[in-house]
Amino acid sequence: MTPLRWRKLVSGFMLTMTGVCALVAVSVLFFILGYLVYHGGKFISWSFFTQLPKPVGEPGGGMSNAIVGSAKLLFIASLIGVPVGFFGAIYLAEFSGSKSAFVVRYAADLLNGVPSIVIGIFAYALVVLPFKHFSTLAGGFALGIMMVPITLRSTEEFLLAVPNSLREGAMALGASKWKTIATVIVPAAYRGILTAVLLAFARVAGETAPLLFTALGNRYWSPGWNQPTASLPVAIFTYATGPYEDWHRQAWAAGLVLLGLILVINIVARAVLARGIAVPRS
Amino acid sequence: MATSTTTVHGAGPLVGSRSFLSKLREGDEIARMITFLFAASVVLVTLLLIFELWQDSALARHKFGLHFFVTRVWDPIFDQFGALPFIYGTLVTASTALFIAVPLGIGAAIFLAELAPARLSDALEFFIDLLAAVPSVIYGLLGIFIIVPVMRDYVQPALKQSLGFLPLFSGPAYGVGFLTAGIVLAIMVIPYIISVSREILLSVPRDQREAALGLGSTRWESTWKVVVPFARSGILGSVFLALARALGETMAVTMVIGNSPTISASLFSPGDTIASVIANQFTEATGDLYLQSLIELGLVLFLLTFILNGLARLLIVLTSQRGSKVSPA
Repeated sequence: MTPLRWRKLVSGFMLTMTGVCALVAVSVLFFILGYLVYHGGKFISWSFFTQLPKPVGEPGGGMSNAIVGSAKLLFIASLIGVPVGFFGAIYLAEFSGSKSAFVVRYAADLLNGVPSIVIGIFAYALVVLPFKHFSTLAGGFALGIMMVPITLRSTEEFLLAVPNSLREGAMALGASKWKTIATVIVPAAYRGILTAVLLAFARVAGETAPLLFTALGNRYWSPGWNQPTASLPVAIFTYATGPYEDWHRQAWAAGLVLLGLILVINIVARAVLARGIAVPRS
Repeated sequence: MATSTTTVHGAGPLVGSRSFLSKLREGDEIARMITFLFAASVVLVTLLLIFELWQDSALARHKFGLHFFVTRVWDPIFDQFGALPFIYGTLVTASTALFIAVPLGIGAAIFLAELAPARLSDALEFFIDLLAAVPSVIYGLLGIFIIVPVMRDYVQPALKQSLGFLPLFSGPAYGVGFLTAGIVLAIMVIPYIISVSREILLSVPRDQREAALGLGSTRWESTWKVVVPFARSGILGSVFLALARALGETMAVTMVIGNSPTISASLFSPGDTIASVIANQFTEATGDLYLQSLIELGLVLFLLTFILNGLARLLIVLTSQRGSKVSPA
């Protein structure tokens, strides 16, 4: 056995090293945030939010079309992701037998693990090819598919966390099952469900890969739902990999806007949850 | 299942059909059917996804067969497509990422679970969760404008001087390439490793630590020889999860890897991964065979992540079950 002093030295050293690891990992976040705010902040201006991109070579211009495009894409994504995730979760938590629940959960977990670029291929084959052109619809569909498993699985968890005594109480008063769900269980879990939806929304808001060949991109406004559209993530990609200085500045500004949006949604979602699920402990 | 369906009505064996009717009248059956449709659509979409990938790569699968996986040539002009450079690039970047991220991530997780006071641990966990929420295109942006220049001007020349005799660190320093992509990936997957490993370590029963300390081990010995081995398969699960993320990651890699289908022993060399080649070439793929070859690459990527995710979940579930079995409290 090695002497105690040596062992204590090793212990102290290794434990310090784990602290260093944690420090490095966390400081990366502060570095990312700090650099984006510092660098992106320099290039952000009012016209970034209100103007269209200028032709190459002309300085200035903005990304209003990408901001609106992102909003439209996320709107369609929510139209798909929220209802399917929410009602699917109600089925899993309240109605399903264990066998069908296993199949649905398995499918959702599988879908959740699919790389986003593969979701893009799927949306391309399913929506772009039949309609014969890139569109807001196709991009929104791809994002919606990504939202479904995230919403579904976390909503289910929050529904299952509602104590059974609430269900039994409602039923003992003569409420039917769906009334119990609508008036007792969902209201009891609504904070959790809201958090689940917000987190899923934030997750797909920054997705780029599934949009590359579904929503494509657009330097102008995209009227309606059936045309290619610009979006913030794809704009960041295009501008950052482009050869022009001015594009790079726009990319930084867009990066700051996108990251700010996502972090705010994340923090709000966690704050909603931290105020406690309105469920009495049984 | 926490919610066994205990209906108020259906008590005896005779009331089966009547209870169905009364449930229908009360809306229960309708609600059940509606929610079932939504749940079933999830399964349907998943099956459809697999079917589409399989169906839409038929041409490429028939033409190249298994040669697809060992061919080095990727030549759209002569319709020659081989996946080897991309499989190689995917594996090299992912393993570089894990080489950096695993020790760092597990170290940080040990600190958060074993050493840090609960308050600090929870606060740091909050930041790490935020880090996991940063979209990959942002990492790509920082990669292009910060990491690539630093790699080109400082890190790669330094590595070449000190370790240049290894083929890994030879060749011109472009900045972009396998090594840079691996580092960006490492930054991206560290939050996942920390988050999952911390949970797993926290689920190790207290008495394990107390027993080790009681036998006279130091704090580190109890952690490294008792707690970590106890949580081993769960930690391995977190690593597999990170690996699956790293394999499927698209944007950040596409932005810093240099995009050329090369197989080179040097980590400085520009390359391509499965995901990055799909991202770059899908919209410009002319001709069915070209497009279908890309879709077959998508299929390969899907299968890889499918297997890894399955393994990861299995390992994590096994460990947490073990934890709850040992300490029923």
